[in-house]
Amino acid sequence: MKALVTVKRVIDYNVKPRVKADGTGVDLANVKMSMNPFDEIAVEEAIRLKEKGVVSEVVVVSVGPAKAQETLRTALAMGADRAILVSTDDEVEPLGVAKIVKAIAAEEAPGLIITGKQAIDDDANQTGQMIAALLGRPQGTFANEISVEGDSLVVKREIDGGLETVKLALPAVVTTDLRLNEPRYASLPNIMKAKSKPLATKSPADYGVDVAPRLKTLKVGEPPVRQAGIKVADVDALVGKLKELGVA
Amino acid sequence: MTKVLVWVEHDGAVVKDATLSAVTAAAQLGEVVALVAGSGVDGVAAAAAQIEGVAKVAKADDAAYAHALAENVAPLVVALMADYDAFVAPATTTGKNIAPRVAALLDVMQVSDILSVEGPKTFTRPIYAGNAIATVEATDAKLVVTVRGTAFAKANATGGSAAVEAVAGPGEAGLSTYVGSEIAKSERPELTSAKIIVSGGRALKDAPTFAATITPLADKLGAAIGASRAAVDAGYVPNDYQVGQTGKIVAPEVYVAVGISGAIQHLAGMKDSKTIIAINKDEDAPIFQVADIGLVADLFTAVPELVSKL
Ligand SMILES: Cc1cc2nc3c(=O)[nH]c(=O)nc-3n(C[C@H](O)[C@H](O)[C@H](O)COP(=O)(O)OP(=O)(O)OC[C@H]3O[C@@H](n4cnc5c(N)ncnc54)[C@H](O)[C@@H]3O)c2cc1C
Ligand SMILES: Nc1ncnc2c1ncn2[C@@H]1O[C@H](COP(=O)(O)O)[C@@H](O)[C@H]1O
Repeated sequence: MKALVTVKRVIDYNVKPRVKADGTGVDLANVKMSMNPFDEIAVEEAIRLKEKGVVSEVVVVSVGPAKAQETLRTALAMGADRAILVSTDDEVEPLGVAKIVKAIAAEEAPGLIITGKQAIDDDANQTGQMIAALLGRPQGTFANEISVEGDSLVVKREIDGGLETVKLALPAVVTTDLRLNEPRYASLPNIMKAKSKPLATKSPADYGVDVAPRLKTLKVGEPPVRQAGIKVADVDALVGKLKELGVA
Repeated sequence: MTKVLVWVEHDGAVVKDATLSAVTAAAQLGEVVALVAGSGVDGVAAAAAQIEGVAKVAKADDAAYAHALAENVAPLVVALMADYDAFVAPATTTGKNIAPRVAALLDVMQVSDILSVEGPKTFTRPIYAGNAIATVEATDAKLVVTVRGTAFAKANATGGSAAVEAVAGPGEAGLSTYVGSEIAKSERPELTSAKIIVSGGRALKDAPTFAATITPLADKLGAAIGASRAAVDAGYVPNDYQVGQTGKIVAPEVYVAVGISGAIQHLAGMKDSKTIIAINKDEDAPIFQVADIGLVADLFTAVPELVSKL
């Protein structure tokens, strides 16, 4: 079966985001951008399934600006076979992305769609569930472990309180959690090889999807800042503070 | 009047605290009807009926809803939504699993993890690990919202007396089955509702050292135990201990960070705590930039000493 993996180009997780002074958003000019960490995990999982012979082809998809090509090339260098860039300079919300992926799934007929659980820029945690909904397929969200058993997918999920295992009828959608795997680094030869792997460029209109935003962002502001407090000299002083707080 | 359907999070017996915050948020939007879905949930429905601010309880009792599988539950919510203007769920793993599936089926863009209600369709929510706060206005006909528990006071669990009405949905979708779960049983307070939390990081070395060092301190303080991602990834503690952007969001009275550096992803989950205490041997660790009380020390001497003096 084919695996379809979504990858988003986001601000690198090591960068501290800065709110723009005019309150319209976060400053992304000259900021290091990378693949969303959860999507690296998604790509890795698809490649591992291919290495196991469960998956036949790994197709990666990104919705975003022309520069998202770099993100797709990274996925190809990790071992994905083919990429689709749905090019747009507009910010596309999870619902719009899900509609585009639905249309791509209609063409590609993947047995498995893997997304990250959350993009670390919008922190929405929606897209995978929405894809599953629109396709009428089951969803294994926050996956900690997955395995294909016949025509089912067994997914161990990270939930509040512990872990839950569900069995899904394939085709299915999975969203990755941090412990699913540790993504590999692309080797230099593979980075070179990735340059000649196929990358198709499309637009949302090619899929007949209206990506006009449904949420109006009225303002983006700073969170309340926390002032650094005091340092105490030793444990005795800390005990004193805990007593003041009434917890000791 | 705006009619709001609120997802009641429960374990088959008890209404989870996260529900109470969701009710508070929902009450700012309109009249609250609490949806209790599950199998054999008369008790839960009776408890939900007592939550202050709940006007009515809709009880969907069906084996198909026993484990809140999104494939089964979302169509139920979608069917009920014909009579409602908004669906509100707590931003728990259950809420995050179900709400977007509902939203997509309704062709609505969900507003995730709201911090405040600013107007009938306007909310604030954190983006970029809480390094920015967006004010967003929804334009869809119906609203789908998840609620950050730490941002809203809990509605009183008792005092209400709503009527319980049975509702039914399409039932089993035949797409997924529940196999089992591993839920850690603990006598400790739950992380997201604890008043005091002691969290350990990578510095705690391994599972036995984490337990031997953090547990006595948590016991002395009557605290819940949390952890950084590094500590969870290294297997010191189970995954559901993780505090942060992609783990649990907590805001206790007192948060004690032991051997945690204070990466932005960790701060995102705990920086709204009332008092933050940090113990770290590196005086430049970023955690000290948010800590009210910092102790620069080797935790392996400081924590046992602290335990002995409490
Ligand atoms: C997509 C993504 C999501 C993430 N989500 C989360 C999340 O939800 N939660 C989270 O926590 N992290 C998350 N992270 C990880 C985060 O970036 C950090 O890597 C992590 O928080 C570091 O954990 P730590 O502070 O325990 O370890 P380290 O950064 O290694 O810090 C260990 C600290 O211990 C101190 N120390 C060492 N020995 C001692 C000693 N003997 N006594 C006292 N102090 C000592 C050191 O000075 C250091 O400050 C995420 C990362 C990514 C990419
Ligand atoms: N513009 C996009 N392009 C490709 N994948 C995306 C995009 N937006 C979201 N996704 C996928 O959906 C996941 C969850 O994103 P979100 O729902 O925005 O938190 C991400 O980890 C990606 O795998």
